[in-house]
Amino acid sequence: MSESLFSKKNLKLIKDPLNDSNPITVQVLGICSALAITVKVETAFVMAVSVIAVTAGSNVIVSLLRNVIPSRIRIIVQLVIVASLVILVDQVLKAFVYDVSKQLSVFVGLIITNCIIMGRLEAFALANKPWASFMDGVGNGVGYGLILVIVAFFREIFGSGTLTLPGIGKIEILTSLAENTGYQHNGLMILPPMALITVGVYIWIQRSRNRKLIENH
Amino acid sequence: MDVNSNKYTIGFSLVMVVIVALILAFASESLKPMQKKNVEREKMQNILQSVGLTVTRDDARENFNKFITEQIVLNEKGEKVDGLAFEIDILKEYKSGGQKNFPIFIYENNGAKKYIIPLVGKGLWGPIWGYIALNEDKNTIAGASFDHKTETPGLGAEINQGWFQAPFVGKKVFDESGTYQSVKVIKGGAKEGDLHGVDAISGGTITSKGVEEMLIRTLKTYEPYLKS
Repeated sequence: MSESLFSKKNLKLIKDPLNDSNPITVQVLGICSALAITVKVETAFVMAVSVIAVTAGSNVIVSLLRNVIPSRIRIIVQLVIVASLVILVDQVLKAFVYDVSKQLSVFVGLIITNCIIMGRLEAFALANKPWASFMDGVGNGVGYGLILVIVAFFREIFGSGTLTLPGIGKIEILTSLAENTGYQHNGLMILPPMALITVGVYIWIQRSRNRKLIENH
Repeated sequence: MDVNSNKYTIGFSLVMVVIVALILAFASESLKPMQKKNVEREKMQNILQSVGLTVTRDDARENFNKFITEQIVLNEKGEKVDGLAFEIDILKEYKSGGQKNFPIFIYENNGAKKYIIPLVGKGLWGPIWGYIALNEDKNTIAGASFDHKTETPGLGAEINQGWFQAPFVGKKVFDESGTYQSVKVIKGGAKEGDLHGVDAISGGTITSKGVEEMLIRTLKTYEPYLKS
């Protein structure tokens, strides 16, 4: 291989999905799960890691098999690969982080239907080498996870007044304020509609800073 | 080789299915012991919760072995039979047609004995379950813990909160003449001094009714044992 593993072109595959082609805020894919599991930072984080594992894993496998997959059944093959990886992730979560897996409940299983994954397989992995596909998968997974964690951060702080960080546990941020001054947590933040509005605000800020993303009409 | 021929396509699918099946079966089998341990420890936590003992998951087994001194399996007549109480899936027992077995756990701390009975029922959206602890007189409720799978947050889901569970303490299963009464979940609030009623959840009527039905049906099966 003449090209270096971390060449500019390969790094671009990781960086682009974080901003210019973010799967959630620019491509508007995978919104449904972003609404459901962003009440706590910890669940959002575990979901993000699970999705990164699945996008990266399935991208590599499909890319390795890209020349031997019969094109007529390629969607089925992709689904089988994604579904198997998701089942593996689900089993591992149940064994090692049982509480989080209970909170994520059906959403881990629903990673299968996350449009980002099938989208990357069809658009990228089927036509590119394994390493580039891996970078693309990681990039898109991280781009998705980034939004999840940011949204969860604001929803948890203003909704419950706490931050539940992976590995550290629950930190009380605004609870003493609520006890001493009559400040009320915003219960609306915990409900799914506020995730949509938080994502909307993020898109607004992102586009005001990144002029490329504004469509010209 | 033609990647798009029928033969190749069928062959490819067959090989893929076998490989995937092998990988998943292997993963499932090798992770099963750890998953089972998590479920077991959670069950122990829930059982201890009903007598007001909150333990972490890591301490669950130790505390369970220390305080739960006896685990009994009962048949429908309330007689003791052989079996492992902890392993019984009561949902299956209520559904099964033949011989039914019901577990009961006995908690002992400083000479005080409590009888813990597992419960299963239906809420609005899905299953609800819990444990109820009775004092030594096998009549007065010493504590209750309920949980649910998918009840509405803020309404039915409140059954796993302390404010709903605390009023059960001190209620009685039998009235003075020894007739079976169970505990009713009363819409609009239970009267003061009512020994057989607690407040329902406003806006969570169907879940509240589910808890009531669960208590009436489950405690009834234990009636022969509780009266003996």
